[in-house]
Amino acid sequence: MAEETKAAAPAHTSSSNTKWAIGFITVVLAIYAINKFYLPTAPVQVKTFFNSWFSLTSMGEIMIYILMALGLNIVVGYAGLLDLGYVAFWALGGYVAGWLMSGHFDQWTVNFFGNPPAGLPNGIHLNFLLVLVLGGVFTAIWGVIIGAPTLRLKSDYLALVTLGFGEIIPQVMVNGEDIGGFNLTNGTKGINPVDNIKLFGYEFGPFALADKFLIYAALAGLMIILSLRLRDGRLGRAWLAIREDELAASMMGVPLMRTKLASYAVGATAGGVGGVAFATLIGGVYAERFNFQVSIIILSMVVLGGMGNVWGVLVGATLLAWVNNTGLVQFGNIINSATGKNIDFPSFNFLIFGVLLILMMLFRREGFLPEARVRLIMHEEEFSEVAVVTDDIEVEGVHHHEHN
Amino acid sequence: MSTTNNPVLDAQNISVVFGGLVAVNDVSFTIPEGSIVSLIGPNGAGKTTFFNVLTGLYQPTSGDVIFDGEYITGRAPHKIASGGLARTFQNIRLFGMMTAQENVMVAMHSKMSAGVWSTTFRTKKQKREEAEAKEFAQELLDFVGIGKTTHEYARNLSYGDQRRLEVARALALRPKVVLLDEPTAGMNPNESAAFVEFVRRLRSERGVSVLLIEHDMSVVMQVSERITVLDQGQKIAEGTPSEIKNNPRVIEAYLGKSGSEASQNVN
Ligand SMILES: Nc1ncnc2c1ncn2[C@@H]1O[C@H](COP(=O)(O)OP(=O)(O)O)[C@@H](O)[C@H]1O
Ligand SMILES: [Mg+2]
Repeated sequence: MAEETKAAAPAHTSSSNTKWAIGFITVVLAIYAINKFYLPTAPVQVKTFFNSWFSLTSMGEIMIYILMALGLNIVVGYAGLLDLGYVAFWALGGYVAGWLMSGHFDQWTVNFFGNPPAGLPNGIHLNFLLVLVLGGVFTAIWGVIIGAPTLRLKSDYLALVTLGFGEIIPQVMVNGEDIGGFNLTNGTKGINPVDNIKLFGYEFGPFALADKFLIYAALAGLMIILSLRLRDGRLGRAWLAIREDELAASMMGVPLMRTKLASYAVGATAGGVGGVAFATLIGGVYAERFNFQVSIIILSMVVLGGMGNVWGVLVGATLLAWVNNTGLVQFGNIINSATGKNIDFPSFNFLIFGVLLILMMLFRREGFLPEARVRLIMHEEEFSEVAVVTDDIEVEGVHHHEHN
Repeated sequence: MSTTNNPVLDAQNISVVFGGLVAVNDVSFTIPEGSIVSLIGPNGAGKTTFFNVLTGLYQPTSGDVIFDGEYITGRAPHKIASGGLARTFQNIRLFGMMTAQENVMVAMHSKMSAGVWSTTFRTKKQKREEAEAKEFAQELLDFVGIGKTTHEYARNLSYGDQRRLEVARALALRPKVVLLDEPTAGMNPNESAAFVEFVRRLRSERGVSVLLIEHDMSVVMQVSERITVLDQGQKIAEGTPSEIKNNPRVIEAYLGKSGSEASQNVN
């Protein structure tokens, strides 16, 4: 035991980061190259295979899920705060894109390096990069608005409040068609089309899926860098310290509220950026897509991959996003045609992820690629309880009365 | 010892009531600047509770704490800590899954400034700040004698090293006063003897005043300039080691209860 743990000691070696980073870039470039240069001239069967099992839309979605899962990882994995309403930030980001990159507000005509559809100048059409930033800032502000009153709560209550937030925001969007005569969200019909991305004069049209994929991969890549660097810096240490022992952290001069809020704001920003990106991926914003299942799926990605570990979360997000958008459909089709049944497998996604989450909690709490430090405690009986109950309840000696 | 009379910490008429229990009863207490003083008393006397009031963890039911010339009663714990009042815990509370170095660096949080932006873009200033913090952390780990454990997880350190790490972490706040809650608990007699020297070095080399809660009487008598004795929340005596040794009320508080408890305290 002692040997083993000592060997694992250097918390996160930069050499393994390098390997993972090279791996990520290689996969991204391979997907891009295959789609851009090989598939257009490939035999039909090959094309069909790729389009049904590894479509570019699903690959782009995976990148966006990586971005968002890493955002949630900062809240849940780093700072140890449970957030069950992360979908709210995704939704808010999506609507920022809907508002600022479409003809939705046709009472106004604004074009700032934007890309209005030909002949339809009405609406607000801002540049994609600007909207990414605005979406991130907007959700960060919402993160603070929601976080400021709730982060004082004990973790169970925090979970409940975030759950409520995740329910309320999409409801507001569904019912936001007529707010005193003002159509904010276009209700269940959603906002579409969202403008095509246009950067430096190049338009990422409906058929530029490979190029769009590259944009989303770049966003995911930026989030990876941000996650890794923050973890090793002043804020990351404070987050981990709070996750481990909030009281001791405050006694060491760490302002709990501010530090938790920072994690919340960074997590929210990633959700918002993901929302903007997703709106451009599918070319629209639809209220009913922002449901509780999404919060649970993203949380599952964080848990499956190994809370706190950036690369683990990346793998978790990739797997679950793929299962959710492709695997269930494809395997479902195979099973259905083999058995002659007609089961709607994708509709079971929530059940599957719920069961997965429970199984993980029962048998492999540290995830499949846990951060070295998480792996350490999870495999020691005495600590496993303490680690999951993240507040300051602890087994104390007879005359210890330091908590509360 | 050449201590000035200026108290760096002045606790006035502190009382703490938990439900019906008066854990600390109208206790006044000062730490003269540059001194080493001790707080002793049987288990449950209210010593740790008193610490918790000084560091802002508990609000006193009545009374005031003046630290470095300012009222700190009711101030947030992290502000008191970053203001220079550092502590260790009776039951060790390290960040177990962080390395020794990281543990120490957490306590430098308030003296550092890097945020999301500068950390993500690794600005010059951020890199310099990190490098300096690492250097200071190593200096402190060396000072407490665990300079080789830099990259080990705190939870893998031996019990004694964990106690040392707690001191190093407290020192990272660049404190004026360090409160040590039963630092020799679990140490063997040799280690305890060495600890006396260590406390003196804390003052001479790191320039801090020290308040010690301690059960090991030989440590207390050797190292303290003044001793305050609590019993059942009350201050029953205060004075130099030799005055305390011969104080009948102290002898009664310790021996009058039961010899077995006294020995339990030392464990
Ligand atoms: N948070 C608390 N709630 C209720 N009672 C407490 C609390 N903290 C301490 N006490 C009680 O206050 C008394 C003093 O405890 P403590 O300060 O830990 O004593 P010491 O450190 O001198 O052994 C004990 O009777 C203890 O049970
Ligand atoms: Mg105590």
